[in-house]
Amino acid sequence: MSTFLLRHGLVVRADTTFVGDVLVENGVIADVQDTISAPSGAHEIDATDCWIGPGFVDLHTHLREPGREESETVMSGSLAAAVGGYCAIVAMPNTEPALDNVALVAYVLERGAQCPIDVAVAGAVTQGRRGEKLAPIAEMAALGVRLFTDDGTGVQDPSLMRRALMYAKPLGVRLAQHCEDELLAGGGTMNEGALSSRLGLVGRPALAEELMVLRDIELVRLTGGAVHFMHLSTARSISLVVAARAEGLAVTCEVAPHHFTLDEGACEHFDPLFKVHPPLRTPSDVAALRHALISGAVDAVATDHAPHAPELKDLPFDEAPAGMLGLEHAASLTYEALGAQTCAPTQFFNLLSRAPARIAQLRAGDSRLKLSAHGGALHVGDDANLVIFDPQQRWTVRRDEMLSRSTNTPYDGRAMFGRVRATLARGQLIVENGVLT
Amino acid sequence: MIDTIRGENLLSLDNLSRTAIIEVLDVAESFVEVNQRAIKKVPALKGRVVASLFFEESTRTRLSFETAAKRLSADVLSLAVASSSVKKGESLRDTIATIDALGIDAVVMRHQSSGASLQVSRYVPHVHVINAGDGLHQHPTQGLLDVFTVRQVLCERHGTTGTESGGELFDGLHVLIVGDVRHSRVARSDIAAYVALGAHVRVAAPGTLLPDDIENWPVSVADDFDDALEWADVVGLLRLQSERGSGSYVPSLGEFTVTYGLTLERARRLRPTTLIMHPGPMNRGVEIDSRVADLPSALITRQVANGVPIRMAVLYLTVAGSPKESTL
Repeated sequence: MSTFLLRHGLVVRADTTFVGDVLVENGVIADVQDTISAPSGAHEIDATDCWIGPGFVDLHTHLREPGREESETVMSGSLAAAVGGYCAIVAMPNTEPALDNVALVAYVLERGAQCPIDVAVAGAVTQGRRGEKLAPIAEMAALGVRLFTDDGTGVQDPSLMRRALMYAKPLGVRLAQHCEDELLAGGGTMNEGALSSRLGLVGRPALAEELMVLRDIELVRLTGGAVHFMHLSTARSISLVVAARAEGLAVTCEVAPHHFTLDEGACEHFDPLFKVHPPLRTPSDVAALRHALISGAVDAVATDHAPHAPELKDLPFDEAPAGMLGLEHAASLTYEALGAQTCAPTQFFNLLSRAPARIAQLRAGDSRLKLSAHGGALHVGDDANLVIFDPQQRWTVRRDEMLSRSTNTPYDGRAMFGRVRATLARGQLIVENGVLT
Repeated sequence: MIDTIRGENLLSLDNLSRTAIIEVLDVAESFVEVNQRAIKKVPALKGRVVASLFFEESTRTRLSFETAAKRLSADVLSLAVASSSVKKGESLRDTIATIDALGIDAVVMRHQSSGASLQVSRYVPHVHVINAGDGLHQHPTQGLLDVFTVRQVLCERHGTTGTESGGELFDGLHVLIVGDVRHSRVARSDIAAYVALGAHVRVAAPGTLLPDDIENWPVSVADDFDDALEWADVVGLLRLQSERGSGSYVPSLGEFTVTYGLTLERARRLRPTTLIMHPGPMNRGVEIDSRVADLPSALITRQVANGVPIRMAVLYLTVAGSPKESTL
């Protein structure tokens, strides 16, 4: 079935909304009107009291293929993403081995092409993500890679980062940085502060993040390049980016739901589920991030979805790997952070879809990579990547019900506000009533 | 805050009230006498099984816990980690599950990771978990035996008994803790115990070996080490934790000794009543001069001896729950 009529929802365009119908035929939006009479054979989906907007785009997904398929595969991660309302995800390159060459990138893209949603790939900036020599960025760019990062760690060497910016600039690709000075973060496992000191856990100071944000802003100024700052976690990091943006520098930033919903206090009981890099910060950082989401200081919400199989995660706190699941609850947490009932639908879709699609250069799609267009304004003829979000629905996270291959969610048992009801990717209905079709 | 460890775990001294600490000290005092008998054994934990799990090296803590358990007539399961399946990659969770499957009432655990005993207590909620040192976090029985030792000596001087004095001899007592506070689980437990009992605690260390948030700790920081030594009624030295990278926090061990070591010269300037303590193992010649360690005012071997009654008390209170005089 390839004809769908989305009935009577709030159609969310870039700046405006109206209640109407959306007709999807042959993979594209065929019509958008106040009322559309159903063509014969159309599958009608009631979207009354729901929002119809562009499918979400995640700038920051860890799929564990190749290397850690017991934690996540390209397919399992993309299904988890679909349930979370995502129609496109950008796979991070910190697999084993790292995605630092054309062959490995092509392998993941091929896997992605078999998934119901679009899977784009971020390439590594440096060979093996070791931070020593540049990876073949131009070759990967020629294949269609638009985002490069050593995520997991940032590029530590400032002269190498400078060179990467200079090399990337004429290629039209963007560098994305995990900002933490590892020498200053020094093997730390949670936010540095009174709590880490009491618990005897080595801290990762906020300054380790902020120094690298500041360094990279200055390198952008020096080179004229562009940097996307990933998962910023402190109030000061956001202020630095806001100031740089005001100066006209080409910087963008994302925040992750766990950084605007959880604070370092969650580490009190040494539960490795709450271990993440950058770490959960102070309550005042959390408040600042929420404020930044609402004020528009932040470009995008990205999940940093980081699955870890139980045997990897269930270790002493300092031995456990960092990271937590994100894809399946990011939209609900964003809706809540934007004020739930007072959440503006346009802002919601800007943060989850339009801005990330722009940053990942997925607005136009890429026929070579068989990637469709994302983050559009629901115009006739657009690729039909759509999500129906029900702002009224309440639900509870159950770790055993996650579609990810892993269960390391920090939100097990938490009540959520608003839920993805349906996801249409490339014109196909992937998720209906919150479950895979 | 809890007011008794009866039937509980003992994971940290952070959440123990003065009442809870004094209870342990008083029960330990009754066990001192047992250790002086020709037959050093009571049936208090007869038929109970205590597992001893040391993932990190230990001499005194392990021996004194196992001695304590045996003197209470418990059966001891002792895992030699170096020759166990841990070396084959068995996880902490599986190791605990395996030992638990053999039937145990308590596990005494040391681990290099902060919080490991708390995690284990979640894996086996029906077993009493006693933290014998976790990473940089806590070493509760060391804190308890340190305050027990101080109380014992002060009581002898005042011609009273510990049980009679309760915690009053700690009121206003000047305790100076010296050295690697940042990396020390002993410091965290000692400070909690001394402060709960009403002592004034001051710390002296190079700036790098103080915790970053020392202003949040219930202690003052000594401006001048030599002045602080004169101020102190008790000097608690800490081992420089080279295995935790403390070496790079000071320019050299020699400079540490010159600036914060308890040298013979400094020891001579202490008031004669000042007590010198060290949790061991000592780096003789680094944080303490070898001759100072052997002075009569140094309580180091007494601390070790008191490890047994304190750990008997902790095992007894946590495992047996309520004390019955008849079983003693």
